[in-house]
Amino acid sequence: MLDSATEILRLQASGEASAVEITQLALERIHASQSGINAFTHINEEGAIAAAKAIDQKRQNGLPLGRLAGIPIAVKDILCTTDMPTTCSSKMLQNFVAPYDATVISKLRNEDAILVGKTNMDEFAMGGSTETSFFGVTRNPWNQLVTPGGSSGGAAACVAAGTVPLSLGSDTGGSIRQPAAFCGVTGLKPTYGRVSRYGLVAFASSLDQIGPLAWSVEDVALLSEVICGFEPRDSTSLDQPAPSLLSAIQSTDLRGIKIGILDDALARDGLDESIRRAVMDAAEIFKQAGAEIIEIKLPHSDHYVPAYYVIAPSEASSNLSRYDGAHYGHRSKKLASENVTKNGPLAATYCQSRSEGFGTEVKRRIMIGTYALSEGYSDQYYNQALKARRLIKGDYDAAFNQADLLLGPTTPTTAFPLGEHLDDPLQMYLVDLFTVGANLAGVPAISLPAGLSESGLPIGIQLQAPALHESQLIFAGAAYQAATQHHHLRPENFRF
Amino acid sequence: MTHSDGYTTETIIGLEVHVQLKTNTKLFCGCSTTFGAAPNTQVCPVCLGHPGALPVINEQALELAVKAGLALNCDIPPVTKWDRKQYFYPDLPKGYQISQFDLPICAEGYLDIGADSSGTAERRIRILRAHLEEDAGKSMHDEASGQFDTRIDLNRCGTPLLEIVSQPDLRSSLEAKAYLNELKLRMTHLGISDCEMQEGSLRVDANVNLHIHVDGNKIATPIVEIKNMNSFRAVERAIDHEVDRQYDVWEETGKTIKDESKTTRGWDDQAGRTFLQREKEESADYRYFPDPDLLPVRIPRERVEAIQSSLGEMPGEVRERLQTEYGIKAYDAEVIVNQGKDFIDLYENVVTVCGDGKRASSWFQQDILRTINEQQIAVSEFPVSGNDLGTLILKITTGELDNSRARDVFQYMLDHGDTVEASIKALGITSVDSSELEGLCRELLTKNPHVVEDYRNGKQQAIGSLIGQAKKRNPNANPKTVRELLLQIVETL
Repeated sequence: MLDSATEILRLQASGEASAVEITQLALERIHASQSGINAFTHINEEGAIAAAKAIDQKRQNGLPLGRLAGIPIAVKDILCTTDMPTTCSSKMLQNFVAPYDATVISKLRNEDAILVGKTNMDEFAMGGSTETSFFGVTRNPWNQLVTPGGSSGGAAACVAAGTVPLSLGSDTGGSIRQPAAFCGVTGLKPTYGRVSRYGLVAFASSLDQIGPLAWSVEDVALLSEVICGFEPRDSTSLDQPAPSLLSAIQSTDLRGIKIGILDDALARDGLDESIRRAVMDAAEIFKQAGAEIIEIKLPHSDHYVPAYYVIAPSEASSNLSRYDGAHYGHRSKKLASENVTKNGPLAATYCQSRSEGFGTEVKRRIMIGTYALSEGYSDQYYNQALKARRLIKGDYDAAFNQADLLLGPTTPTTAFPLGEHLDDPLQMYLVDLFTVGANLAGVPAISLPAGLSESGLPIGIQLQAPALHESQLIFAGAAYQAATQHHHLRPENFRF
Repeated sequence: MTHSDGYTTETIIGLEVHVQLKTNTKLFCGCSTTFGAAPNTQVCPVCLGHPGALPVINEQALELAVKAGLALNCDIPPVTKWDRKQYFYPDLPKGYQISQFDLPICAEGYLDIGADSSGTAERRIRILRAHLEEDAGKSMHDEASGQFDTRIDLNRCGTPLLEIVSQPDLRSSLEAKAYLNELKLRMTHLGISDCEMQEGSLRVDANVNLHIHVDGNKIATPIVEIKNMNSFRAVERAIDHEVDRQYDVWEETGKTIKDESKTTRGWDDQAGRTFLQREKEESADYRYFPDPDLLPVRIPRERVEAIQSSLGEMPGEVRERLQTEYGIKAYDAEVIVNQGKDFIDLYENVVTVCGDGKRASSWFQQDILRTINEQQIAVSEFPVSGNDLGTLILKITTGELDNSRARDVFQYMLDHGDTVEASIKALGITSVDSSELEGLCRELLTKNPHVVEDYRNGKQQAIGSLIGQAKKRNPNANPKTVRELLLQIVETL
């Protein structure tokens, strides 16, 4: 039952299970999975039980309950919470507790969700394998020798391991969709500006978006409805009402919908045959459901990853300047005397605190970004990347003039073995090939489980829609899940 | 100007002025901007630069910035945007300052100087730009303990500043001072900023160098940016000092602008000299880029026009009007205008009641200004109302009160907060019957035959001593009437 939020709501409403029972079960499973999977950086044992008791009490007293009442939810450790540390899986914020709740966290609490813990991630969301976490790697429930993906690896793995039905991740270049694909779950990156970023620790502000992960499109829709919506504290928040998504899954009739299949993505070298086939199969399923399938090209797709790996590190280098050891976070205890002599005590404090507090990948990106924004180089790198970004937006505008949705693979391969790309950042960055476009264009995208490869690892397919058209993704995604069983597959060791 | 050894030099000055906008809250969060609160009590996750916190622009700051731009004759472009200026310092908790790089809220403008008593010729000083930015916190270095002990107060962090950059059009310290005075006058007059240098709501950096004319060639000395000046007087002195210093250095070393990049020097007010702070602008690379947390701001034409039409008179216009409308002197009009809008309003209120602009002006220059200074109060807190002041001055004009009695009444009003009539009554001032006064004058002349003697010998002023005596005998006696009566009677004796 921990694989369906909708089912949990039903069980509680009918009195078959209490919020406390469900929460206890979730906590048990979390504890049981931790040694193998390590999806969590913090388990909110007491807080979760207390919240569940309060909800049961409310129910007993006949008080109105929120839309997520009694559902255990895990949130990526990049969202600020007042009752749990917010570490971003970094030594830098190892002991940091935020003085306020992120807007999405307040929304979850207001809807009576049970926050069971914070999930592991690549340090400051920089990575695609959750291997750069200061708190150790997260393993894939389908095969503990492979990565769950990243950066929201913990958020995907905790759902796949059957510990919670819903989780929140963040997606800057694919960090929700890629781990969703690797872990065989459904993950949505909403339109940029749909979900308030207030309280989401910034990686690359113009790309970051919070989104849900769950087994089914229906559960993704349930959580999305809660977290979307305008908020004045985020200046980039879109002044649009929260979309009605659960109503979008009433019909599976896709007649009148045009789906563009990204044929140059399918022709890419290095794309797993099993994934190519899954996309073709999906096209067939959509066609059966009444959709018209056309072929679409994104002419500048070769520029997506290079543009992304200039823009994201540039913004990151700036966003991470605040971690200087002066105000909060890690401060070096012992300053090397030669460092002090050379640079003075202040610069030595900065230098050593940041050297000790950040991991290799974060440092690499800070350096890339600092370089790309430097005088004399910014025209060649940062400004050039912004130009590329405008072309990419043009690609998407043109594509959505022809098609309502774009269909393609989420990732070029299935989950790769742990350690495989760790020493080869370029290979790691290429994993984002199919996902960064949606971030650069600001459009919503969803990854849907699409079966298993020969080696038994999940495959993800991706649908992308024009800005603010999340309901189209939910509509088509639900139709796909109505016609397939892929989202019902469970990893062998976590079938409950 | 010409130096002792005969070379003609020209002083080139450009000023960067930061004014703190008089908003209730900070530029990107809801924290108060009140000066002088206990350290780190006016802060929140946004201005503390906490992870995940996001800035939201303060509309009032935009409004005041546009107002300031219009007061400085600036163009207000239709779009302005925010950029991050990046550097590490403990009083800058985000590691970057939100500022404006290439699209400032106010583009080119100008400020005319010299139309007042500043002593400089009338000139137009071009303004390059004015941009909005957030202030940093304050670092307080405590070196007394012999340790590296620095305390950080982040209350000021995020306070809105408008940085107004002039072209290097100023040619003397006197012009620089006139520019600052006019700028401050406009900012305070329009309620844009308090412009209190002591509280840091106005800060000035001066870029100074010399053009030395040698045998028909112009030689420019290296540019120096002077910082740490705490008053307009200090700006004037620092520039004067720097002009002499640069000339001396040039004579000594022959170094020109080509040999040395810009240096930063601090002003030591006590020693009366500048000292080297930063060797050269170590090509500080701030890595400006557009702040992705904030959207560009559109400022529609209509909004600019609405603000423009709400501006009202500029101080210079008020000066002119006071002279023509009330017949007061240029200098007096300037004194009134320099006290700010409330003072001008009070003056005009008084004139409306008493109908005598000149007499009112003289009261404002003296008694009222003195009271404000002595009691250290704002004009709005002045204890006597405009109506009462006007009524009081009217009584002088109609001869009901003489100046000295009027001052007594004024003092009584200040002390007791009474109306004019009540104060007159309380002081026992009544108009004196003319026959009574005539009797008194006759008596005084009779008792002082030597005065009559002196008068007859052509010493008209001898009468004066009797006026004093009359006033002593009857404080309500009007000196003017007494003099007239005495002169009448002495002729008949």
